[in-house]
Amino acid sequence: MLTYIIRRSIMAVPILIGVATITFLLTFVFVPGDPVRMIMGQHADEATIDSIRDEMGLNRPLSVQYFDFVLKIFKGDLGRSYKTRRPVIESIAERFPATLRLGLSAMAVAIVVGITAGIVSAVKPYSVVDGIFMSLALLGISIPVFYLGLLLIVVFAVNLNILPVGGFGGGDIRYLILPAIALGTAQAARIARMTRSSMMEVIRMDYIRTARSKGLSEKTVIFKHALRNALIPVITVIGTQLGYLLGGTVLTETTFSWPGVGRMAVDAVQSRDFPMIQGTVLFMAIIFIVINLVVDLSYGWFDPRIRYE
Amino acid sequence: MKRPVIEIKDLKTYFFVEEGVVKAVDGVSFEIAEGETLGIVGESGCGKSVTSISIMRLVPNPPGKIVGGQILFKGEDLLMKSEADMRKIRGNEISMIFQEPMTSLNPVYTIGDQIAESVMLHQNLTKREAFSRAVEMLDKVGIPASEKRVHEYPHQLSGGMRQRVMIAMALSCNPKMLVADEPTTALDVTIQAQILELMKQLRDEFNTAIMLITHDLGVIAEVADRVAVMYAGKIVEYTDVMTLFQKPGHPYTIGLLKSIPKLTGNHKRLEPIQGVVPSPLNLPQGCKFNNRCPYAREKCFEKEPELVEVEKGHSVRCWFHDQLQ
Repeated sequence: MLTYIIRRSIMAVPILIGVATITFLLTFVFVPGDPVRMIMGQHADEATIDSIRDEMGLNRPLSVQYFDFVLKIFKGDLGRSYKTRRPVIESIAERFPATLRLGLSAMAVAIVVGITAGIVSAVKPYSVVDGIFMSLALLGISIPVFYLGLLLIVVFAVNLNILPVGGFGGGDIRYLILPAIALGTAQAARIARMTRSSMMEVIRMDYIRTARSKGLSEKTVIFKHALRNALIPVITVIGTQLGYLLGGTVLTETTFSWPGVGRMAVDAVQSRDFPMIQGTVLFMAIIFIVINLVVDLSYGWFDPRIRYE
Repeated sequence: MKRPVIEIKDLKTYFFVEEGVVKAVDGVSFEIAEGETLGIVGESGCGKSVTSISIMRLVPNPPGKIVGGQILFKGEDLLMKSEADMRKIRGNEISMIFQEPMTSLNPVYTIGDQIAESVMLHQNLTKREAFSRAVEMLDKVGIPASEKRVHEYPHQLSGGMRQRVMIAMALSCNPKMLVADEPTTALDVTIQAQILELMKQLRDEFNTAIMLITHDLGVIAEVADRVAVMYAGKIVEYTDVMTLFQKPGHPYTIGLLKSIPKLTGNHKRLEPIQGVVPSPLNLPQGCKFNNRCPYAREKCFEKEPELVEVEKGHSVRCWFHDQLQ
């Protein structure tokens, strides 16, 4: 198990270099516009801009800049923001708790709602309840998150006036409810559909018939014997989605003015703050790698046939 | 004769599907006494397995439904029992083992967990007691290193071992009756012989009534005391095992016996039964076997024969059974 974790961590290195290379290329090579001009404005004179470019190391050859960038990453240095002059890693550390809070809450909502709906649908397939749940799930997957977010704001914040429109509210839980629902809906829908199909497959298995023939109650058959088997593919869905959510959810954070990593990334793109863009993208990649490892390890708990070596 | 543990009277289990009604089990009657093994033989789709899940009251509904008859277990009709009462009987007084040992155990729980689960449920034992019972049962079915094996998962065991575990599980509560649905079909021949031997031993030790479903007449010859031959949802011949092999009375039984390869005597070509099993939705008029029967005459296409006792303990469903010998 430990060797497995170590091996996976080593495998993460080339992935991170790849991500770093792509973000470097995207920002420095393919993005038009000079970041220094963005900072200084249209009227700054060429001499000043050139001296600032010098200071920032932007006049060095691209290859030198690239190797410098990659080496610094492994020292934990993601550079300084062009805009605020603060280390990027500091800004991420500051914003990440808000993203974590939103992402985990949304996932909690999604897991509870999704798995419950999936089980109910699977136990009574093609029933009225199943029809309602699966139609809602289809709607939940299809509706864009910013649109759902705006609808929630209009209904609960503007018309009913029972929840705040947006913002962090210093950690007040009322500020969390709408963004968590907006963000969790699509995940709940995905989880519900996956749970339903996986559960329906498992219910037909021979060992479920065996469990019934032992005289177990239907509740034990479903929740003990079927669910644990059915959850194995659901875990994969939860894992990949959690990676997205914790990497910062650009649209939801923007809709609700939520001060997370996602919104910071959007701001960085708008102001050509290259180190900030690179930093947030790398951070999302790391989150993805870590979550994937955690998910892969959790399979072992759900399914004893999986062993790590 | 010993008191019957179970008496099935005129059992009818139908499946209501879009295309019509499938009479999977259509008026089946038999009984099994303590310590006796009744073999049920027939081709795929003849209603053997549906009979067994009907006894357990595990017919998937919809589309299946037990529409008539009685299942008297220790004198009480199982079809009248509530679901809660049935749960107390399943796995406790009537147990079942299935054809597929590879897939009949839950892959995510240890075999100890799965055996102990029934014991805890039906015998009100603590987890510790139930586990020592599980170890004891594993010893009984001949699994070596049972203390260690009890904590293993199904995927760590071979097919034969898994079927032993299924048997251990089925017998863990000392059931009065064991329903074995093709318990050896998926196993290779040596393992098959071991499992049958084990079932015989355990039957003698616990005096369990066994209903053994198979399509293999070799298995029947090995363990059964009496045999019911089923065709298209009905019993066509019902007798003791010696009579079945020596004086079969129904053309279908005769056909089955002729299609077994023999190691001795003249090496003639095997004589298979002509044709295929008729579609359960479109059974022939009259005798259900008439389209495949080499002896069929006009009467066979007009009216279906009843199951009649041709001599003591030997019943046959054929108009011309007395002319076949």
